[in-house]
Amino acid sequence: MTQASLGQSVVQKVVQKTTQAQQNNGVAANITHTQPLWLLAEVTYRCPLHCAFCYNPTDYDKHTQNEISTEDWIKVLRDARKLGALQLGISGGEPLLRDDIEDIVIEARKLGYYSNLITSGVGLTEKRIQAFKEGGLDHIQLSMHDITEEINNFITNTKTFELKKKVAAMIKGHGYPMVLNVVMHRYNIGHIKEILEMAEALGADYVELANTQYYGWSLVNRNQLMPTREQIDHAEAVTNEFRAKVGKKMQIFFVVPDYFAERPKKCMNGWGEVFMIVTAEGTVLPCHSARVLPGMTFPNVREHGLEWAWKDSPAFNKYRGDDWMKEPCRTCPEKENDLGGCRCQAMMLAGDPEAADPVCSLSPHHHIIEQALKDAQNPVLQAQPIIFRTDKNSKKIIAGELKERIEEFHAVP
Amino acid sequence: MENNIEHSDIYAIAHHHRFQWEEAQQSYVILFPEGMVKLHGGAGEVLKRLDGKATVGDIVAELKAAFPDADDIETDILGMFDLAVGKAWLRKL
Repeated sequence: MTQASLGQSVVQKVVQKTTQAQQNNGVAANITHTQPLWLLAEVTYRCPLHCAFCYNPTDYDKHTQNEISTEDWIKVLRDARKLGALQLGISGGEPLLRDDIEDIVIEARKLGYYSNLITSGVGLTEKRIQAFKEGGLDHIQLSMHDITEEINNFITNTKTFELKKKVAAMIKGHGYPMVLNVVMHRYNIGHIKEILEMAEALGADYVELANTQYYGWSLVNRNQLMPTREQIDHAEAVTNEFRAKVGKKMQIFFVVPDYFAERPKKCMNGWGEVFMIVTAEGTVLPCHSARVLPGMTFPNVREHGLEWAWKDSPAFNKYRGDDWMKEPCRTCPEKENDLGGCRCQAMMLAGDPEAADPVCSLSPHHHIIEQALKDAQNPVLQAQPIIFRTDKNSKKIIAGELKERIEEFHAVP
Repeated sequence: MENNIEHSDIYAIAHHHRFQWEEAQQSYVILFPEGMVKLHGGAGEVLKRLDGKATVGDIVAELKAAFPDADDIETDILGMFDLAVGKAWLRKL
């Protein structure tokens, strides 16, 4: 018996051709049959940590003073649920900087979401975790950075090492599954065995070893963060060994960084296929970094309902299916498997949102990736200072400063 | 079969997993950290009978009675249990 005979894993779902062009008074219109199964609520961009690898937009400081209200979020939850949303991620920034997460959690449970608080742990108190448990929050995903205090504090630009350990114990103590997310980069990838041992000691049920993907702040800091291929291969081998040792009690996901992969990733499982993000100020996005794409107007919940945003908005229909593709994607036998990769990466690195993702070995822009891998080993570039994710640096980038670190990209990351 | 499903076994949905009917999908789903599975009709029929008391044998008997025309339904049901236990969606009581 195969899994297919029991049910369909929605996460790994093979995307069928879900849009069809229809003639509508001579105007081509798309009709989608997809559902936003995963709703990510990026409730704030404020954050007490300053991680060098944060994927949030570098101009996030624009969006910290105009966050949508609790009532707006409740409406978002209700409307997305009607569209079929099931998994809710409450993220940020640091979501705990809002004092209404308790209300959001209660509403989510009432509506039947499986809800997940994605947190650094800063601001998680006994009182709040108790309220989350009573409210029906299903799990908490805690970010961990390293086994050493030195690297944890360095990469987050904060003193949070001891706090992380305390919070992990608190999560376990309240009967939550322990879900750890560890972003991997040059500074911690050599400690992968020790990180996995720490996860086991903390009683982790799930560990996601997320190799840095280069968006937002991590793109600005790419030369400072990117490991070598040998380091990645070694880390994967160590992970496989560890997996064999711990068995089923701890599920370990190793996310291969796309710069080192042969094929591009099927980004977000397809544009407007299963993911919907609502940002702190109410913008509705098909992926985290879609705002780097030129000429796009994304809907905002202050003006439009989510149903319109998902089904009818030009932005969500723009890259659905494969009608938008150019060569070499259009006639590529792999196109259904990866949908040409990531539109944002194509824009930022190749300057064309409809180009094949440069990480694809068949992309005419693949040399950009090869150069990026070389640059990351160039001691002069490596020695440039890390631009930490701070309000001050965000303001600088908005003001057009720090140009030398972003001028090679075709959009501000 | 890998997990030696016995007729006397009693199973429940695993900790931290939730089984529910989804109106928008017109199907049962299992939700868990980082994932979800949309169940086919037959699997939903089996899992909705897990009440903490019914044994695998009880469920086989009940479904045989409910679907008398289905061929070799028992093998299918045991196969479903085996797979669901293997995926850690179920725990043995």
